[in-house]
Amino acid sequence: MKKAMIQLEPLTCPSCMLKIEGGVKLLEGVESESINVSFNSSKVKLNFDDSKVSVDEIEKVITRLGYEVKKSQVKDI
Amino acid sequence: MLISAVLIVAAFISKLGFHNEEIAKWGMIIASVFGAIPIAIQAFQALRVKVVSIDVLVTIAVGGAFVIRNYEESAIVTFLFLFGAYLEQRTLNKTRSAIRELTEMAPESALKQMESGEFEEVEVDDVDIGDVLLVKTGGKVPVDGTVLSGEGYVNEASITGESLPVGKDAGAKVFAGTILDNGTLQIIADRVGEDTTFGKIIELVEEAQDSKSEAERFIDRFSKYYTPAVLLLAVVVGLIWRDIELAVTILVLGCPGALVIGVPVSNVAGIGNGARNGVLLKGSEVISDFSRLDTMVFDKTGTLTIGNPKVADTVFYTDNEDEVKGFLTCVEKESDHPLAKAIVEYFGDFGTYSIEKTDVVKGGGIVAGISGHRVAVGNAALMRAENVAFTEKMTEDIALMETEGNSLVLTSIDGELKALIGIRDQIRPGVKDDLQRLKRLGVKNLVVLSGDNQGTVDIVAKELGLTEAHGHMLPEDKQKYIKELQAEGKIVAFVGDGVNDSPSLALAQIGIAMGSGTDVAIETSDVVLMNSDFSRLPHALGLAKATAANMLQNISIAVGVVLVLLASVFFSEWMNMSVGMLVHEASILVVILNGMRLLRYKLRY
Repeated sequence: MKKAMIQLEPLTCPSCMLKIEGGVKLLEGVESESINVSFNSSKVKLNFDDSKVSVDEIEKVITRLGYEVKKSQVKDI
Repeated sequence: MLISAVLIVAAFISKLGFHNEEIAKWGMIIASVFGAIPIAIQAFQALRVKVVSIDVLVTIAVGGAFVIRNYEESAIVTFLFLFGAYLEQRTLNKTRSAIRELTEMAPESALKQMESGEFEEVEVDDVDIGDVLLVKTGGKVPVDGTVLSGEGYVNEASITGESLPVGKDAGAKVFAGTILDNGTLQIIADRVGEDTTFGKIIELVEEAQDSKSEAERFIDRFSKYYTPAVLLLAVVVGLIWRDIELAVTILVLGCPGALVIGVPVSNVAGIGNGARNGVLLKGSEVISDFSRLDTMVFDKTGTLTIGNPKVADTVFYTDNEDEVKGFLTCVEKESDHPLAKAIVEYFGDFGTYSIEKTDVVKGGGIVAGISGHRVAVGNAALMRAENVAFTEKMTEDIALMETEGNSLVLTSIDGELKALIGIRDQIRPGVKDDLQRLKRLGVKNLVVLSGDNQGTVDIVAKELGLTEAHGHMLPEDKQKYIKELQAEGKIVAFVGDGVNDSPSLALAQIGIAMGSGTDVAIETSDVVLMNSDFSRLPHALGLAKATAANMLQNISIAVGVVLVLLASVFFSEWMNMSVGMLVHEASILVVILNGMRLLRYKLRY
């Protein structure tokens, strides 16, 4: 399992959070309980299984929803 | 958005100015389409991840307006929606500015020593523990580390809030995010990235700004079901009454904007203001408890007082003061007791005498043999054990010093009392005024707890105008006392230095640490006063109160607007889609602007 912190461009609408959470949740290998989208700091934190999904794929989903990814950090847990 | 604005204006001109309905109609249609496309894309993406977002509501509403051929409405609604979103983004950025300024102080690059011995610029993420780094004048210290060589003055304002530069040379600790004002340092990395003190502060503030109170979690859950419910209601109205116009209006009015955004906006602005002013508030739950507080309990030493005892009074009973001072300082140099340190600091050097032997008497002091004399340094109990006789004057002096709140160190040579030293901890300058401010802010009980004797504590309490004072308190007694207060239904804040008082800090509803950025203080407490600055305390309380009030205002505005809108749909003639969207967007801006006021909050008295 790995832990990712993805920094996005500033989020402005609270329904963005629901959208990002909903989109990322549909990916296989992402632990749904661990997803935390924070509005003010515009960050997504989540745990994922790196044998099933990569951080690039997660970022792609977020980008496709219309949110620019600024940078991301992945750590082992 | 600009295109649709231009088209709308053009359409109105052609309609009103030239009475050309046809061109006006087509202008509105094109404006609607241009405006609706970005919204529809967002809506589609939301639906794909199974979320009924505001975009979905608006897209359907615009579609509905097209069906009933009301192109003017559809154009204005899409324009207002896009314009509102733009303004929201601009104003939200402002409310977040305080915290962004803090995070932008984080170092990004470092000069790292490579295998060749040369220093090369690398990303701060590429620095590992044990790396040797170079910091030049004007540069940012990239990690927490120890100085290997070089010297310079470092501005540590980002960690301590104190802007006076601190001198550093080999062996000194330096902290990430601080700035080297002059000089050059080579340092070895001890802690990197998120583990540095600065990294921890940032993480804490970032978590705090997004932390949610019970009320917010409720609003979140509520809004998850609210938008689909609005959609359902509109469909039902449309199908049963065959009134598409009403259905479409309901869709627009139902957007939950201000309610969802109101509380986070107050939160981020309030915490941002604190971060700028040396007060770390750990989240909205803390703000809400803190604002309702009625009792504040203070630790004495290090909190109300500086925690650095100094010699305040001396009386000698001898003709040869220098010899007594010499014996005394020599004995005290052997000890690391805080009182001994104060004495050595006060007298400095008075000759060196070789000490033949020393015995530490537990709970009494030290007995030493110097140049054939028996020298005892300690408290009154030690003097009694040494059979030292007190004259009437001595007894009077001792009593006087005690009532003045001194801790006494007595010195006897060969069984005769030679010196009486009174040592007192200084009250922090300005504490008295700060306590008065707290009282004016509505704190009813101000209590001091201390391990010192009751007399000393009473003097401090009287001088500062505290309501209660309790001495002889061990850490567990303090805990018990706080529990009793809580059992009486009081909301208690404990203010302490964070190290030995961490149980009390954790137990009180609000633990306030006077930490100079120490880890323990940052972790166990709810509120951290940077640089141990007591004068930040009234600001912290005032800010918490203002922020809590601001949240309440925003919730009231949001709920009020929704109620008024809904009522006017059913009971008035003037309500339509465009007005609904206008009011909706305006209410969002009002709550953001209201939140923004907190950034400028200052304590008035």
